[in-house]
Amino acid sequence: MPEARVIPLDGRHGRDAEATPVAEPPPAPPAERPDWERRLAGALAFLRRRVTGDYEVDEFGFDQELNDSVLMPLARPLFERYFRVEVRGIDNIPAEGGALLVANHSGTIPVDAVMTGLAVLDHHPAHRHIRMLAADLVFTLPFIAPLARKGGHTLACNPDAERLMSSGELVAVWPEGFKGIGKPFSDRYRLQRFGRGGFVTAALRTGVPIVPCSIIGAEEIYPIIGNAKSLARLFGLPYLPITPFFPWLGPIGVLPLPSKWIIEFGEPVPTADYGAAAADDPMLVFNLTDQVRETIQQTLYRLLMQRRSVFF
Amino acid sequence: MQPRVVLVTGVSRYLGSKLTALLQADPAIERVIGVDVVPPRGDLGRAEFVRADIRNPIIAKVIASAEVDTVVHMSVIATPFGAGGRTAMKEINVIGTMQLLAACQKASSLRKLVVKSTTAVYGSDSRDAALYVEDMEPKGLSRSGYSKDAFEVEGYVRGFGRRRPDVDVTVLRFANFMGPHVDSPLTRYFALPLVPTVLGFDPRIQFVHDDDGIEVLRRAVLEDHPGTFNVAGDGVLLLSQAIRRAGRVEAPIPQPAVTVVGSLMRRAGLVDFSPEQMRFLQFGRGVDTAKLHTEFGYRPAYSTRQAFDDFVAAQLRSRVITGDRAQAVEHAVLTAADRIGHHGRSAHA
Repeated sequence: MPEARVIPLDGRHGRDAEATPVAEPPPAPPAERPDWERRLAGALAFLRRRVTGDYEVDEFGFDQELNDSVLMPLARPLFERYFRVEVRGIDNIPAEGGALLVANHSGTIPVDAVMTGLAVLDHHPAHRHIRMLAADLVFTLPFIAPLARKGGHTLACNPDAERLMSSGELVAVWPEGFKGIGKPFSDRYRLQRFGRGGFVTAALRTGVPIVPCSIIGAEEIYPIIGNAKSLARLFGLPYLPITPFFPWLGPIGVLPLPSKWIIEFGEPVPTADYGAAAADDPMLVFNLTDQVRETIQQTLYRLLMQRRSVFF
Repeated sequence: MQPRVVLVTGVSRYLGSKLTALLQADPAIERVIGVDVVPPRGDLGRAEFVRADIRNPIIAKVIASAEVDTVVHMSVIATPFGAGGRTAMKEINVIGTMQLLAACQKASSLRKLVVKSTTAVYGSDSRDAALYVEDMEPKGLSRSGYSKDAFEVEGYVRGFGRRRPDVDVTVLRFANFMGPHVDSPLTRYFALPLVPTVLGFDPRIQFVHDDDGIEVLRRAVLEDHPGTFNVAGDGVLLLSQAIRRAGRVEAPIPQPAVTVVGSLMRRAGLVDFSPEQMRFLQFGRGVDTAKLHTEFGYRPAYSTRQAFDDFVAAQLRSRVITGDRAQAVEHAVLTAADRIGHHGRSAHA
């Protein structure tokens, strides 16, 4: 688990200019203080920063403090206890600099994205945050839209992807999109079309390596056996899943099945040697897209063969 | 090119008068002529004032007779409030610009045109890229209002640039101005005790400090920077974060009610917010300022956050939540906890 990061108390000049501080900042707790007191002090400082707006978000709206202190700790029990995610090949992700993770998408709701984020944050030696590319629908939904941005998502478009990668971020993309995440259970672990290869173009333009990522287990958390198409259209959603438990069991049906997960990061595919102009060569883009897709598909089959059961 | 005779439209507004005051103090500039429909409030020194509407043919005569070589167009306005309604606002913005550009096209002395535009030309949409670069097309432009006006104004300016290739055209797209002296719908919005927001949305917003804005305009007049530039302070604030920094309390309004609440507030004279500004409060906007830093050669002194803090410190006196109060509470709780902890330790001893 990464250590909590120290967020510097900058940007105070506005307040300082206005009034002299009433109270001095609380003294750093001495070491002999009990643990709960130190934790209380940490929590209070966090709360004060949140209430007074004293924190940083980057230009994409990513809020690292919120991630490290709230969102990731909420998802961690799911990762460690519930899905018992096994992470393989984490060293295939570079320790620094831009890179593009490309993964298979499944599970009705994008739990796989959250778990991949945690896998990299907790298991990678550099504890990197992944920056995810999300479908435009995400940014139209109330509550989901701001949460997505704060959690490190941005719109899946080439300008954003290239900006992130050229500034050295680790970007993750699920090119199957809704076709992958909303496919019926009978199609599980069968990769859908990989978009139009936009992610390959972005990687070629910025010269970052593509890391294929195969996720096992997410397919079984909400097995889709039906799709309420007309209702989905009514709500403007790409699909409305019917599972063996949802909507029949009401709120209990929303619980995901506790499948056992494996996330494997494959060997990186370098793109720097092709040069930025290669992004305009559609044949190369198609070939690279197919290569990455095929790697993920083969890895999925191999991992499925190794898996003893869905739940253990 | 060293400007000799500068004409500034919109001189009676805050930015116009500040810029004019700076330009007239520059001895290298022979004449500074300010144009507006109302007389300027402050002292403009040796600058001359022409009380006229830019739609008035007198402007063409002034430009020709004074041999104006630089025109600074700053009278595209954001609010129908001061203009007397939306129709009048569009008239001033679009028709006014057309008339001014027509006069400019005829003026053989003209060498430079500087236009104060806005990042509102990018609109505000859920499909927007995180940061708009100058040559990107807007995804969701509203069908009316300020951003539409500004978009059309820029279109006419581009047309002018094609017809007069000998004139350097600089278009400056400013983010929302923020600072101690700024009075805009947005500053009035943050001054409300309960700040209405769109429920379930938390847009990214950018500000530019008025000092930086004036400096960029001044350099655009004195130096040669043809092209279009985004002007904004570094970084972004989330709307919720800005409201917290202002010590205000957020009042989220469900989206279906937003339009009604907006028009109620407009009628009550609280805040003059148009539907497009409501969209801005829902989806926000970010612009890339790399071109300003590298090509124009200016880095704003104030970041978005510093500009906002400067505004808060100067204009918002009665804040509910302040950093000092929050720190006082934190201190009190910790002291109490320390006492309990100490008590526990001595009881064990």
